Amino acid sequence: MNVRQITNDSDLTELVAGEVAEFSGVAYTARDAAHKRFVEAADAGRPLPIDIAGAAIYYAGPTPARKGEIIGSCGPTTSARMDDYAPRLLDMGLKIMIGKGKRSPAVIDAIKRNKAVYLIAVGGAAALIKSRITECEEIAYPDLGCEAVRRIVFDRLPLLVAIDTAGNNILK
Amino acid sequence: MYRCELIADRLASAVDSALKKIDTRVVDMLCAARREETDERAAWALDQIIENARIAENGNCYPCQDTGVAMLFVRIGTDAQTDGDLTAALTEGVRRGYREARKSIADPLTRLNTGDNTPPVIYYDVTGGNGLEVTFLAKGAGSENMGGVRMLTPSKGRKGIIDAVVGIVRDAGANPCPPILLGVGVGGTMDKACLLSKLALIRECGRPSADPDVALLESEILESVNALGIGAQGLGGNHTALACAVETFPTHIGMLPVAVTIQCHSVRHAHIDFAEDNA
Repeated sequence: MNVRQITNDSDLTELVAGEVAEFSGVAYTARDAAHKRFVEAADAGRPLPIDIAGAAIYYAGPTPARKGEIIGSCGPTTSARMDDYAPRLLDMGLKIMIGKGKRSPAVIDAIKRNKAVYLIAVGGAAALIKSRITECEEIAYPDLGCEAVRRIVFDRLPLLVAIDTAGNNILK
Repeated sequence: MYRCELIADRLASAVDSALKKIDTRVVDMLCAARREETDERAAWALDQIIENARIAENGNCYPCQDTGVAMLFVRIGTDAQTDGDLTAALTEGVRRGYREARKSIADPLTRLNTGDNTPPVIYYDVTGGNGLEVTFLAKGAGSENMGGVRMLTPSKGRKGIIDAVVGIVRDAGANPCPPILLGVGVGGTMDKACLLSKLALIRECGRPSADPDVALLESEILESVNALGIGAQGLGGNHTALACAVETFPTHIGMLPVAVTIQCHSVRHAHIDFAEDNA
Protein backbone atom coordinates (compact mmCIF):
# COMPACT_ATOMS: atom_id res chain seq x y z
CA MET A 1 0.00 0.00 0.00
CA ASN A 2 1.34 3.43 -1.00
CA VAL A 3 1.70 5.74 2.01
CA ARG A 4 1.40 9.49 1.37
CA GLN A 5 3.70 11.58 3.59
CA ILE A 6 2.09 14.79 4.89
CA THR A 7 3.86 17.68 6.64
CA ASN A 8 2.82 21.20 7.65
CA ASP A 9 4.10 22.39 4.25
CA SER A 10 2.37 19.81 2.05
CA ASP A 11 0.17 20.87 -0.86
CA LEU A 12 -3.11 19.58 0.56
CA THR A 13 -4.88 19.72 -2.81
CA GLU A 14 -2.83 16.67 -3.83
CA LEU A 15 -4.45 14.49 -1.15
CA VAL A 16 -7.22 12.16 -2.24
CA ALA A 17 -9.95 10.81 0.07
CA GLY A 18 -9.20 7.18 0.92
CA GLU A 19 -5.42 7.48 0.73
CA VAL A 20 -3.31 6.00 3.50
CA ALA A 21 -0.97 8.67 4.89
CA GLU A 22 1.43 9.59 7.66
CA PHE A 23 1.69 13.03 9.21
CA SER A 24 4.98 14.41 10.50
CA GLY A 25 5.01 17.88 11.97
CA VAL A 26 3.33 20.23 14.43
CA ALA A 27 -0.28 19.89 15.56
CA TYR A 28 -2.24 21.39 18.44
CA THR A 29 -4.49 19.27 20.65
CA ALA A 30 -7.94 20.73 21.26
CA ARG A 31 -11.26 19.21 22.31
CA ASP A 32 -14.75 20.69 22.84
CA ALA A 33 -13.86 22.93 25.78
CA ALA A 34 -10.83 24.49 24.02
CA HIS A 35 -12.83 24.94 20.80
CA LYS A 36 -15.52 26.80 22.73
CA ARG A 37 -12.85 29.17 24.07
CA PHE A 38 -11.27 29.62 20.61
CA VAL A 39 -14.62 30.69 19.17
CA GLU A 40 -15.43 32.91 22.16
CA ALA A 41 -12.05 34.62 21.72
CA ALA A 42 -12.66 35.10 18.00
CA ASP A 43 -16.16 36.51 18.67
CA ALA A 44 -14.70 38.97 21.18
CA GLY A 45 -11.94 40.01 18.77
CA ARG A 46 -9.24 38.60 21.04
CA PRO A 47 -6.27 36.63 19.64
CA LEU A 48 -6.32 32.83 19.79
CA PRO A 49 -3.54 31.14 21.79
CA ILE A 50 -2.39 29.42 18.59
CA ASP A 51 -1.72 30.77 15.11
CA ILE A 52 -4.76 29.25 13.41
CA ALA A 53 -3.72 30.22 9.86
CA GLY A 54 -2.35 27.06 8.27
CA ALA A 55 -2.56 25.12 11.53
CA ALA A 56 -3.21 21.43 12.17
CA ILE A 57 -5.52 20.56 15.08
CA TYR A 58 -5.59 17.10 16.62
CA TYR A 59 -8.80 16.28 18.49
CA ALA A 60 -7.33 14.58 21.54
CA GLY A 61 -6.95 14.72 25.31
CA PRO A 62 -4.11 12.50 26.55
CA THR A 63 -3.74 10.60 29.80
CA PRO A 64 -1.21 12.30 32.11
CA ALA A 65 2.46 11.76 31.22
CA ARG A 66 4.28 9.56 33.69
CA LYS A 67 7.71 10.53 34.98
CA GLY A 68 10.19 10.57 32.09
CA GLU A 69 7.49 10.43 29.42
CA ILE A 70 6.79 13.08 26.76
CA ILE A 71 3.05 12.48 26.84
CA GLY A 72 0.55 9.84 27.98
CA SER A 73 -1.67 7.70 25.74
CA CYS A 74 -3.14 9.98 23.11
CA GLY A 75 -5.67 8.64 20.60
CA PRO A 76 -8.21 10.70 18.65
CA THR A 77 -11.58 11.70 20.10
CA THR A 78 -14.90 11.88 18.21
CA SER A 79 -14.64 14.76 15.74
CA ALA A 80 -18.40 15.32 15.51
CA ARG A 81 -18.34 17.09 18.88
CA MET A 82 -16.23 19.82 17.26
CA ASP A 83 -18.58 20.24 14.28
CA ASP A 84 -20.33 23.31 15.75
CA TYR A 85 -16.99 25.12 16.02
CA ALA A 86 -14.93 23.82 13.09
CA PRO A 87 -16.42 25.92 10.22
CA ARG A 88 -15.53 29.14 12.07
CA LEU A 89 -11.92 27.99 12.56
CA LEU A 90 -11.65 26.77 8.96
CA ASP A 91 -12.76 30.20 7.78
CA MET A 92 -9.94 31.64 9.93
CA GLY A 93 -7.37 29.49 8.13
CA LEU A 94 -7.32 26.11 9.90
CA LYS A 95 -6.01 23.63 7.30
CA ILE A 96 -5.73 20.17 8.84
CA MET A 97 -8.12 18.48 11.27
CA ILE A 98 -7.20 15.09 12.72
CA GLY A 99 -9.77 13.03 14.61
CA LYS A 100 -12.08 10.06 14.27
CA GLY A 101 -15.58 9.56 12.90
CA LYS A 102 -17.98 11.45 10.65
CA ARG A 103 -18.29 15.21 10.02
CA SER A 104 -21.40 17.32 9.42
CA PRO A 105 -22.41 18.73 6.03
CA ALA A 106 -21.56 22.23 7.33
CA VAL A 107 -18.00 21.12 8.11
CA ILE A 108 -17.63 19.47 4.70
CA ASP A 109 -18.78 22.70 3.03
CA ALA A 110 -16.23 24.69 5.05
CA ILE A 111 -13.51 22.19 4.12
CA LYS A 112 -14.25 22.72 0.41
CA ARG A 113 -14.55 26.50 0.79
CA ASN A 114 -11.15 26.72 2.47
CA LYS A 115 -9.27 23.90 0.72
CA ALA A 116 -8.66 22.14 4.03
CA VAL A 117 -8.55 18.42 4.82
CA TYR A 118 -9.93 16.04 7.45
CA LEU A 119 -7.68 13.13 8.35
CA ILE A 120 -8.61 10.21 10.60
CA ALA A 121 -6.42 8.32 13.02
CA VAL A 122 -7.47 4.95 14.46
CA GLY A 123 -9.78 5.40 17.45
CA GLY A 124 -8.43 3.55 20.45
CA ALA A 125 -4.87 3.27 19.11
CA ALA A 126 -3.69 5.62 21.85
CA ALA A 127 -0.59 3.71 22.96
CA LEU A 128 0.62 3.32 19.37
CA ILE A 129 0.02 7.01 18.62
CA LYS A 130 1.83 8.01 21.82
CA SER A 131 4.91 6.24 20.42
CA ARG A 132 4.78 8.57 17.36
CA ILE A 133 4.89 11.80 19.40
CA THR A 134 8.35 13.31 19.83
CA GLU A 135 7.57 16.65 21.55
CA CYS A 136 4.77 17.99 23.72
CA GLU A 137 4.31 21.37 25.37
CA GLU A 138 1.19 22.69 27.11
CA ILE A 139 0.53 26.14 25.69
CA ALA A 140 -2.96 27.26 26.77
CA TYR A 141 -5.90 26.69 29.11
CA PRO A 142 -4.05 24.61 31.76
CA ASP A 143 -7.21 24.74 33.92
CA LEU A 144 -8.84 22.38 31.42
CA GLY A 145 -6.55 19.52 32.49
CA CYS A 146 -6.48 16.86 29.79
CA GLU A 147 -8.40 19.29 27.56
CA ALA A 148 -5.65 21.94 27.69
CA VAL A 149 -4.14 22.98 24.36
CA ARG A 150 -0.81 21.27 23.69
CA ARG A 151 1.67 21.80 20.89
CA ILE A 152 2.80 18.35 19.82
CA VAL A 153 5.20 17.10 17.17
CA PHE A 154 4.34 13.89 15.33
CA ASP A 155 6.77 11.57 13.63
CA ARG A 156 4.78 9.50 11.12
CA LEU A 157 1.31 9.46 12.66
CA PRO A 158 -0.69 6.79 10.72
CA LEU A 159 -3.77 8.33 9.07
CA LEU A 160 -6.32 8.01 6.33
CA VAL A 161 -7.48 10.97 4.24
CA ALA A 162 -11.20 10.97 5.12
CA ILE A 163 -12.30 14.22 3.46
CA ASP A 164 -10.13 15.88 0.82
CA THR A 165 -10.00 19.53 -0.31
CA ALA A 166 -12.69 18.83 -2.94
CA GLY A 167 -15.05 17.52 -0.25
CA ASN A 168 -14.82 13.86 -1.24
CA ASN A 169 -15.70 11.85 1.86
CA ILE A 170 -15.01 8.18 2.61
CA LEU A 171 -17.13 8.03 5.79
CA LYS A 172 -20.83 7.58 5.19
CA MET B 1 -17.27 -7.89 58.43
CA TYR B 2 -15.91 -6.20 55.33
CA ARG B 3 -13.31 -3.54 56.05
CA CYS B 4 -13.78 -0.40 53.95
CA GLU B 5 -10.05 0.28 53.81
CA LEU B 6 -9.45 -3.13 52.20
CA ILE B 7 -12.36 -2.63 49.80
CA ALA B 8 -10.86 0.68 48.62
CA ASP B 9 -7.35 -0.81 48.32
CA ARG B 10 -8.39 -3.85 46.38
CA LEU B 11 -10.73 -1.93 44.08
CA ALA B 12 -8.01 0.67 43.37
CA SER B 13 -5.55 -2.03 42.38
CA ALA B 14 -8.11 -3.81 40.17
CA VAL B 15 -9.13 -0.56 38.45
CA ASP B 16 -5.50 0.45 37.78
CA SER B 17 -4.71 -2.94 36.20
CA ALA B 18 -7.96 -3.14 34.24
CA LEU B 19 -7.42 0.28 32.64
CA LYS B 20 -4.09 -0.87 31.20
CA LYS B 21 -5.28 -4.04 29.54
CA ILE B 22 -7.86 -4.93 26.90
CA ASP B 23 -9.82 -8.11 27.69
CA THR B 24 -7.76 -10.93 26.12
CA ARG B 25 -10.94 -12.52 24.71
CA VAL B 26 -11.57 -9.32 22.77
CA VAL B 27 -7.96 -9.23 21.51
CA ASP B 28 -8.46 -12.81 20.28
CA MET B 29 -11.67 -11.74 18.48
CA LEU B 30 -9.81 -8.81 16.89
CA CYS B 31 -7.06 -11.14 15.66
CA ALA B 32 -9.67 -13.51 14.20
CA ALA B 33 -11.38 -10.55 12.49
CA ARG B 34 -8.05 -9.45 11.01
CA ARG B 35 -7.37 -12.92 9.58
CA GLU B 36 -10.76 -12.87 7.84
CA GLU B 37 -10.70 -9.24 6.73
CA THR B 38 -10.38 -8.70 2.99
CA ASP B 39 -10.98 -4.92 2.91
CA GLU B 40 -7.59 -3.20 2.66
CA ARG B 41 -8.48 -0.12 4.72
CA ALA B 42 -10.29 -2.07 7.43
CA ALA B 43 -7.23 -4.37 7.66
CA TRP B 44 -5.04 -1.25 8.02
CA ALA B 45 -7.16 -0.19 11.03
CA LEU B 46 -7.30 -3.68 12.59
CA ASP B 47 -3.51 -4.03 12.34
CA GLN B 48 -3.10 -0.83 14.34
CA ILE B 49 -5.72 -1.81 16.91
CA ILE B 50 -3.99 -5.16 17.50
CA GLU B 51 -0.51 -3.59 17.62
CA ASN B 52 -1.86 -0.98 20.05
CA ALA B 53 -3.10 -3.69 22.41
CA ARG B 54 0.36 -5.30 22.33
CA ILE B 55 2.16 -1.97 22.95
CA ALA B 56 -0.13 -1.17 25.88
CA GLU B 57 0.33 -4.57 27.49
CA ASN B 58 4.12 -4.62 27.06
CA GLY B 59 4.49 -1.00 28.18
CA ASN B 60 1.98 -1.25 31.04
CA CYS B 61 0.27 1.85 29.66
CA TYR B 62 -3.29 2.81 28.74
CA PRO B 63 -4.48 1.33 25.43
CA CYS B 64 -6.97 4.21 25.13
CA GLN B 65 -6.63 7.78 26.42
CA ASP B 66 -10.32 7.73 27.34
CA THR B 67 -10.10 5.82 30.59
CA GLY B 68 -13.79 6.47 30.92
CA VAL B 69 -16.41 6.93 33.55
CA ALA B 70 -16.05 4.25 36.23
CA MET B 71 -19.11 2.04 36.42
CA LEU B 72 -19.48 -0.32 39.38
CA PHE B 73 -22.03 -3.13 39.51
CA VAL B 74 -22.25 -4.27 43.12
CA ARG B 75 -23.85 -7.45 44.40
CA ILE B 76 -24.22 -7.39 48.14
CA GLY B 77 -25.86 -9.91 50.43
CA THR B 78 -28.42 -8.81 53.02
CA ASP B 79 -26.21 -10.35 55.73
CA ALA B 80 -23.04 -8.58 54.58
CA GLN B 81 -21.72 -5.97 56.99
CA THR B 82 -19.13 -3.26 56.46
CA ASP B 83 -17.23 -1.23 59.04
CA GLY B 84 -18.12 2.03 57.31
CA ASP B 85 -19.78 3.69 54.33
CA LEU B 86 -19.56 1.27 51.37
CA THR B 87 -20.28 3.92 48.73
CA ALA B 88 -17.52 6.11 50.16
CA ALA B 89 -15.10 3.15 50.12
CA LEU B 90 -15.93 2.32 46.49
CA THR B 91 -15.55 5.97 45.53
CA GLU B 92 -12.15 6.08 47.23
CA GLY B 93 -11.11 2.93 45.36
CA VAL B 94 -12.01 4.58 42.06
CA ARG B 95 -10.20 7.78 43.03
CA ARG B 96 -6.97 5.87 43.76
CA GLY B 97 -7.35 3.54 40.77
CA TYR B 98 -7.51 6.56 38.45
CA ARG B 99 -4.53 8.36 40.01
CA GLU B 100 -2.43 8.00 36.83
CA ALA B 101 -5.38 7.83 34.42
CA ARG B 102 -7.23 10.63 32.67
CA LYS B 103 -9.68 12.63 34.74
CA SER B 104 -12.73 12.70 32.50
CA ILE B 105 -15.61 13.52 34.85
CA ALA B 106 -17.21 16.97 34.86
CA ASP B 107 -20.33 18.67 36.19
CA PRO B 108 -22.95 18.37 33.42
CA LEU B 109 -23.92 22.06 33.55
CA THR B 110 -20.82 24.00 34.60
CA ARG B 111 -18.50 21.46 32.88
CA LEU B 112 -16.08 21.87 35.79
CA ASN B 113 -13.89 18.76 36.09
CA THR B 114 -14.14 16.98 39.44
CA GLY B 115 -10.38 16.41 39.20
CA ASP B 116 -10.20 12.81 40.38
CA ASN B 117 -12.55 10.91 38.04
CA THR B 118 -15.16 10.49 40.76
CA PRO B 119 -17.98 9.96 41.34
CA PRO B 120 -18.35 6.49 39.84
CA VAL B 121 -21.75 5.35 38.58
CA ILE B 122 -22.79 2.63 41.03
CA TYR B 123 -25.63 0.11 40.81
CA TYR B 124 -26.43 -2.03 43.84
CA ASP B 125 -28.09 -5.39 43.56
CA VAL B 126 -29.14 -6.88 46.89
CA THR B 127 -28.98 -10.67 47.10
CA GLY B 128 -29.21 -13.28 49.83
CA GLY B 129 -26.24 -14.38 51.92
CA ASN B 130 -23.23 -12.33 53.00
CA GLY B 131 -21.28 -11.96 49.75
CA LEU B 132 -19.86 -8.79 48.22
CA GLU B 133 -18.85 -8.69 44.56
CA VAL B 134 -18.06 -5.73 42.36
CA THR B 135 -17.72 -5.60 38.59
CA PHE B 136 -15.86 -2.56 37.26
CA LEU B 137 -16.39 -1.31 33.71
CA ALA B 138 -14.51 1.67 32.23
CA LYS B 139 -17.00 3.32 29.88
CA GLY B 140 -15.58 5.70 27.29
CA ALA B 141 -17.60 8.60 25.89
CA GLY B 142 -17.11 7.87 22.19
CA SER B 143 -19.09 4.65 22.33
CA GLU B 144 -21.44 5.57 25.19
CA ASN B 145 -22.62 8.66 23.30
CA MET B 146 -23.87 6.47 20.45
CA GLY B 147 -26.13 4.16 22.47
CA GLY B 148 -29.88 4.54 22.58
CA VAL B 149 -33.22 3.33 23.81
CA ARG B 150 -36.38 2.68 21.80
CA MET B 151 -39.81 2.20 23.37
CA LEU B 152 -41.35 -0.17 20.82
CA THR B 153 -44.92 -1.34 20.75
CA PRO B 154 -45.31 -5.09 21.38
CA SER B 155 -46.57 -5.58 17.80
CA LYS B 156 -43.05 -4.81 16.52
CA GLY B 157 -41.85 -8.09 18.02
CA ARG B 158 -38.56 -9.79 17.39
CA LYS B 159 -38.01 -8.09 14.02
CA GLY B 160 -38.65 -4.73 15.64
CA ILE B 161 -35.97 -5.42 18.24
CA ILE B 162 -33.42 -6.33 15.58
CA ASP B 163 -34.34 -3.29 13.46
CA ALA B 164 -34.02 -0.99 16.48
CA VAL B 165 -30.51 -2.23 17.27
CA VAL B 166 -29.45 -2.09 13.62
CA GLY B 167 -30.79 1.47 13.35
CA ILE B 168 -28.83 2.64 16.37
CA VAL B 169 -25.62 1.02 15.09
CA ARG B 170 -26.19 2.48 11.60
CA ASP B 171 -26.58 5.99 13.02
CA ALA B 172 -23.44 5.50 15.15
CA GLY B 173 -21.38 4.71 12.06
CA ALA B 174 -17.66 5.24 12.59
CA ASN B 175 -18.06 7.25 15.81
CA PRO B 176 -17.97 4.54 18.53
CA CYS B 177 -14.62 3.09 17.31
CA PRO B 178 -15.78 -0.11 15.60
CA PRO B 179 -15.31 -3.04 15.80
CA ILE B 180 -17.76 -2.73 18.66
CA LEU B 181 -19.44 -5.03 21.16
CA LEU B 182 -23.17 -4.69 21.74
CA GLY B 183 -25.03 -4.90 25.02
CA VAL B 184 -28.79 -5.06 24.46
CA GLY B 185 -31.47 -4.86 27.13
CA VAL B 186 -34.98 -6.01 26.20
CA GLY B 187 -37.97 -5.61 28.51
CA GLY B 188 -38.58 -4.12 31.95
CA THR B 189 -39.10 -0.34 31.84
CA MET B 190 -37.11 2.31 29.98
CA ASP B 191 -34.49 2.60 32.75
CA LYS B 192 -34.45 -1.17 33.41
CA ALA B 193 -33.75 -1.88 29.73
CA CYS B 194 -30.78 0.53 29.89
CA LEU B 195 -29.39 -1.22 32.97
CA LEU B 196 -29.90 -4.62 31.29
CA SER B 197 -27.88 -3.41 28.30
CA LYS B 198 -24.97 -2.71 30.68
CA LEU B 199 -25.37 -6.05 32.47
CA ALA B 200 -25.26 -7.74 29.05
CA LEU B 201 -21.88 -6.07 28.44
CA ILE B 202 -20.35 -7.33 31.67
CA ARG B 203 -21.20 -10.92 30.83
CA GLU B 204 -18.05 -12.80 29.72
CA CYS B 205 -17.26 -11.36 26.26
CA GLY B 206 -18.50 -13.62 23.46
CA ARG B 207 -20.36 -16.09 25.67
CA PRO B 208 -23.91 -16.63 24.36
CA SER B 209 -26.97 -16.37 26.59
CA ALA B 210 -27.87 -19.55 28.50
CA ASP B 211 -31.39 -19.19 27.05
CA PRO B 212 -31.28 -20.71 23.51
CA ASP B 213 -33.96 -18.34 22.22
CA VAL B 214 -32.07 -15.30 23.50
CA ALA B 215 -28.80 -16.74 22.14
CA LEU B 216 -30.47 -17.04 18.73
CA LEU B 217 -31.57 -13.40 18.95
CA GLU B 218 -27.98 -12.43 19.78
CA SER B 219 -26.65 -14.16 16.67
CA GLU B 220 -29.44 -12.69 14.50
CA ILE B 221 -28.61 -9.18 15.70
CA LEU B 222 -24.87 -9.73 15.16
CA GLU B 223 -25.44 -10.96 11.62
CA SER B 224 -27.75 -8.04 10.75
CA VAL B 225 -25.36 -5.48 12.22
CA ASN B 226 -22.38 -6.89 10.34
CA ALA B 227 -24.39 -6.79 7.10
CA LEU B 228 -24.36 -2.97 7.43
CA GLY B 229 -20.80 -2.86 6.09
CA ILE B 230 -19.65 -0.10 8.47
CA GLY B 231 -16.59 -2.16 9.36
CA ALA B 232 -13.51 -1.38 11.44
CA GLN B 233 -13.37 2.39 12.11
CA GLY B 234 -16.19 2.86 9.59
CA LEU B 235 -13.84 2.01 6.72
CA GLY B 236 -15.85 -0.94 5.37
CA GLY B 237 -15.60 -4.70 5.64
CA ASN B 238 -17.53 -7.25 7.64
CA HIS B 239 -16.43 -6.51 11.18
CA THR B 240 -18.70 -3.79 12.55
CA ALA B 241 -19.41 -5.79 15.72
CA LEU B 242 -17.47 -8.62 17.34
CA ALA B 243 -20.18 -9.83 19.71
CA CYS B 244 -23.72 -9.13 20.87
CA ALA B 245 -25.12 -9.98 24.30
CA VAL B 246 -28.82 -9.65 25.14
CA GLU B 247 -30.38 -9.62 28.60
CA THR B 248 -34.15 -9.76 29.00
CA PHE B 249 -36.66 -9.02 31.77
CA PRO B 250 -40.46 -9.33 31.82
CA THR B 251 -42.18 -6.15 30.71
CA HIS B 252 -45.65 -4.58 30.71
CA ILE B 253 -48.28 -6.01 28.31
CA GLY B 254 -48.26 -2.64 26.55
CA MET B 255 -44.48 -2.17 26.27
CA LEU B 256 -41.38 -3.44 24.48
CA PRO B 257 -38.38 -1.39 25.63
CA VAL B 258 -35.10 -1.98 23.78
CA ALA B 259 -31.87 -0.37 24.97
CA VAL B 260 -28.48 -0.58 23.30
CA THR B 261 -25.13 0.12 24.92
CA ILE B 262 -22.26 0.28 22.49
CA GLN B 263 -18.83 -0.75 23.75
CA CYS B 264 -15.73 0.14 21.73
CA HIS B 265 -13.01 -2.43 21.03
CA SER B 266 -11.06 -1.16 24.05
CA VAL B 267 -12.88 -3.39 26.55
CA ARG B 268 -11.50 -2.78 30.04
CA HIS B 269 -13.18 -4.35 33.04
CA ALA B 270 -12.53 -6.30 36.24
CA HIS B 271 -14.46 -8.47 38.65
CA ILE B 272 -13.64 -8.58 42.35
CA ASP B 273 -15.10 -11.05 44.84
CA PHE B 274 -14.45 -9.47 48.22
CA ALA B 275 -15.77 -12.54 50.06
CA GLU B 276 -12.38 -14.16 49.42
CA ASP B 277 -10.87 -11.52 51.72
CA ASN B 278 -13.52 -11.82 54.38
CA ALA B 279 -11.69 -14.33 56.54
